[in-house]
Amino acid sequence: MTEAILLTLKLAGLTTLILLLVGTPLAWWLARNRTWWKEIINALVALPLVLPPTVLGFYLLLVMSPQSALGGFLKQTFGITLPFTFEGLVVGSVIYSLPFVVQPIRNAFEAIGSAPMEVAATLRASPLDRFLTVALPLARPGFLSGAVLGFAHTVGEFGVVLMIGGNLPGETKVLSIAIYDHVESLEWSQAHILSGGMLAGSFLLIFAMMLIEKRWGRLHR
Amino acid sequence: MSTLNARFNGQVGDFRLNVDFAIPTQGVTALFGPSGCGKTTLLRCIAGLTRLPGAELSLNGDSWQQGRRFLPTHKRPIGYVFQEPGLFAHLNVMKNLSYGMRRAGVKTEDSNELGELAELMGITHLLQRQVHALSGGERQRVAIARALLMRPKLLLMDEPLSALDQDNKNEILPYLEQLHAQLEIPVLYVTHDRREVERLADRILLLREGELLAQGEIGEMLARPDLPFASARDAVTVLDGRVLHFDVRYGLSTLQIDGGTLEVPDTLGPTGVYKRLRIAATDVSLAQSLDHASTILNRLPAVIWKILPTDGSSLNVLLRIGNMGEGSALLASVTRKSVESMNLQPGQSIYAQIKGASLLGSHTTPHPRQHRMTPLLNS
Repeated sequence: MTEAILLTLKLAGLTTLILLLVGTPLAWWLARNRTWWKEIINALVALPLVLPPTVLGFYLLLVMSPQSALGGFLKQTFGITLPFTFEGLVVGSVIYSLPFVVQPIRNAFEAIGSAPMEVAATLRASPLDRFLTVALPLARPGFLSGAVLGFAHTVGEFGVVLMIGGNLPGETKVLSIAIYDHVESLEWSQAHILSGGMLAGSFLLIFAMMLIEKRWGRLHR
Repeated sequence: MSTLNARFNGQVGDFRLNVDFAIPTQGVTALFGPSGCGKTTLLRCIAGLTRLPGAELSLNGDSWQQGRRFLPTHKRPIGYVFQEPGLFAHLNVMKNLSYGMRRAGVKTEDSNELGELAELMGITHLLQRQVHALSGGERQRVAIARALLMRPKLLLMDEPLSALDQDNKNEILPYLEQLHAQLEIPVLYVTHDRREVERLADRILLLREGELLAQGEIGEMLARPDLPFASARDAVTVLDGRVLHFDVRYGLSTLQIDGGTLEVPDTLGPTGVYKRLRIAATDVSLAQSLDHASTILNRLPAVIWKILPTDGSSLNVLLRIGNMGEGSALLASVTRKSVESMNLQPGQSIYAQIKGASLLGSHTTPHPRQHRMTPLLNS
C-alpha cells in the first residue's frame, strides 16, 4: 500500500516539475506570440482536456512500442523501453496533464500585460532579466494553480496509466490502480483507506492553495 | 551644444508619423497636441519601445537608431515616466527605486542621491511601504524618482498627470516644478493640458496628426497669433524677468523684462536672478492714457500688434511692450465692446495695465532667455 502511495507521489512530483520547466516557456510563447498558427499549438496543448484518456493511452502505446519508429529509435539508441515502465508513465502524465499547468500560467502571463515589461525595459532590464524579475514573480498565482492542478490531476489519472503502464507493483501500480484492484477483489477496507486518504489529501491541497492565493492577493492588490 | 536629433518618418500601425527636429538638451520640452496627434507614439519611438523603420535618432552624437542600427530600450540612457505609474506590485517602494538604479550601475548604498531625491519628491516616509498602500499621486512621485535615480541622460514623461484626479494633480505639480528648477538633463514632456505646458515647459513642440506644426520657446509660442494658445479664452503670457532690486518698505521686487519693468510683491531672490512670470490675459487691461491715478502698479506703454478672436465672447489683444513695441509680447483680454468704443487698431500705442503677475512656482530659469519674436509675428 505504501509502495503505491510513494510511487504516485514520485510520479506526480516528477511530472509537475517537468511540466513547470516545459510549460513555462510554452505558456510565455502562447501568451506573447501573435502568429495565427499559435492557435493550432494552443488547441494541441488543450487536447488532453477533452480527449478520452484511453484514446490518448492507446496512441501513446502505439508510438512508444519498440515496433514503432520512435519506440524503436529509443530502444536502439538509448536502450529505453517506455511501455509498462515508470518512465513511460512520466511521459504519458506529462502529455496528459500539460493543459492543466500551461493554461493557468498562460493566463497569468496574459494578465500581466505588456506594461510592466516595458517599464522594466526602461529601467535597463534585458529581456531575460525582465522575464525572471518581473514576469515570473507577477505570475506567481498562475504557477501555484498550475502546479497544484498538474500534481492533483496526475495523482488522479487512471485511463492513461492502465493503457501504457499496466499494473506492475513498484513500477506502474499507482494509487488509482491500487484502489481499482482492491475494489475488484472486494477488499473494501483497503479501498476505503486509500480513497479516504485521497479525498482528505486533495481537499487539503486545494484548501492550502486557496489560502496562499488569498494571502498573495492581499499583498498585491 | 549637445542636442537630441530625431527624424521619424513612417507608418506605425495605422498612424503616420512625420517629424524632424533637434532640441537642445536642457530644460523641459513639451510635446503638445490634441489626443491622437502622435505625441505618445513619438515618445515611444524615442524610448525604443516602438520601432519605426528608417528613423534616425541620436543624443549628444550617440546614435540610437540609424539604418539597421537599433539600440534596444534597456540600453538607452533614458528615464521614462508612464501615464500609469507602473510600479512593480511584487516589490516595495524602496525595491522599486533600486530596481533601475542597480541595473544602471548606480550604487544604492554609498549615495545620498536616493535620500535626497526621496526628500525632494516627498516620499521618504513611504520607502518601506507596499505599492498597493500608496495613493495615485504618491505612486507617480515614486515612479518619477525611480526614473531619475538611474541618472538618465534624457527624461521622457508621457502625460504623467493625466491618470490622476485634480487633487492628486495639484499635489504633484509643485514637485514637478521643483524638479524642473533643479534638473540638469533634458526632459521631453508629453501633454495635452495647456496649463501643464504653461507651468512646466521651456520649449514647445506642437504636434498635429503626426506632423510637427510649430516649435519654439515657451514665451514666443504662447504669443504666436497663428497658434491656438494666444487665442484661447484663458490665454496667458509667460515671460522671464531679471530681478533688479527689492523695496523693503513696500515689499516689492522690481523685475526687468524685455521692454520695461514690473513690480511684483515679495522678495524674489538676489539681484540678477531670472524669474519666470505668468500673466493671465484677463489680468491685463488697456488704457488710452495714464491721466487718471490707478491702484494698478504696473502700467506699461505698449503697441497693439494684432487683435485675435477667441473661442469666447471677448477678444485677445496681442501687444508688444515698449513705446515702440520693441519688447516682449503680452496678451490682454478685452470685450468686443471696448475694442469698438476705444477704436483699437493694430499699430496703435496704448498702455497695458497689469493687475497681477504670478511667479511660476519656485521657478528660477537657468539661463537668460531672449524673447525674440519670430517673423510670423511681424506679418
